[in-house]
Amino acid sequence: MAMSRPQPRIGVVTYPGSQDDRDALWALGALDAEAVPVWHEERELPSLDAVVLPGGFSYGDYLRCGAIARFSPATAAVCAFADQGGLVLGICNGFQVLCEAGLLPGALLRNESLRFVCRDVPVRVERSDTPFTTRCDAGQTLVIPVKHGDGRYVPPTDLDPAQIVFRYRDNPNGSVDDIAGVCNETGNVLGLMPHPEHAVDPLLGSADGALILVSLVEAARDRALASV
Amino acid sequence: MKATVLVRPKTGILDPQGEAVERALEHLGFAVSGARVGKVVDLEVSADDEAGARAQVERMCEQLLANPLIESYEIELHGDV
Repeated sequence: MAMSRPQPRIGVVTYPGSQDDRDALWALGALDAEAVPVWHEERELPSLDAVVLPGGFSYGDYLRCGAIARFSPATAAVCAFADQGGLVLGICNGFQVLCEAGLLPGALLRNESLRFVCRDVPVRVERSDTPFTTRCDAGQTLVIPVKHGDGRYVPPTDLDPAQIVFRYRDNPNGSVDDIAGVCNETGNVLGLMPHPEHAVDPLLGSADGALILVSLVEAARDRALASV
Repeated sequence: MKATVLVRPKTGILDPQGEAVERALEHLGFAVSGARVGKVVDLEVSADDEAGARAQVERMCEQLLANPLIESYEIELHGDV
């Protein structure tokens, strides 16, 4: 290779109650990113090319999932980063935080079954032209695990269908219109309930999640190169 | 002043908790319909008068206590300032 490929720096925010931050850090590192832990009290982000908000139960998910995390200093910094066009991926609880923070439309409510679901689900990629899905094909089915009690997505009535990036092929939670993941209007912020960071190696049952994370790593790398 | 905030799932939002409660009540022999499950937040707020207290609690609801996309809220104020 003529040029050395810089590793993009991708932050992973740890809130009190985050669970999947270590898996996200590990997966990003395994997929050729420099994964940077970000503590929830940090008011300014370090120099980053993308940010991941991981799964878990931030602040105990008191009141509503993600409702308290929205007020943490790191979330404010992530909002400012996103407003400047920065790449932000919210997984599960991270998706809930992004909705509560207003970076993504809609809300996530208790599963229709009232049961916690924890299993691999087939998810259809609706768009391959976002920074998070360039390694996927539109219409492709990815098998990625979900594990949540509050994953029923309710969109605003005026949601642009073009913002739907993933749909369940076998809806596990009663999400409206089978929606599993949405992006913002400008496409630089994505949230989804399935956990790509738990599906990055065949040993884990599926490596399909790596397609999403590698898309993010490459998009972040492009930005790192552009800023040099 | 003491305030009570009632937070309800908005009309039209599916409420599986309400449905489960309704089924359980039917199981007990009650003839019920339309059960919905919400939240109650009791709090004390310092304000000079009732209007000021209400305005503060309104802002709390808009900013945190309710998510306007999926929930409606109702504020009750109790007692003297």
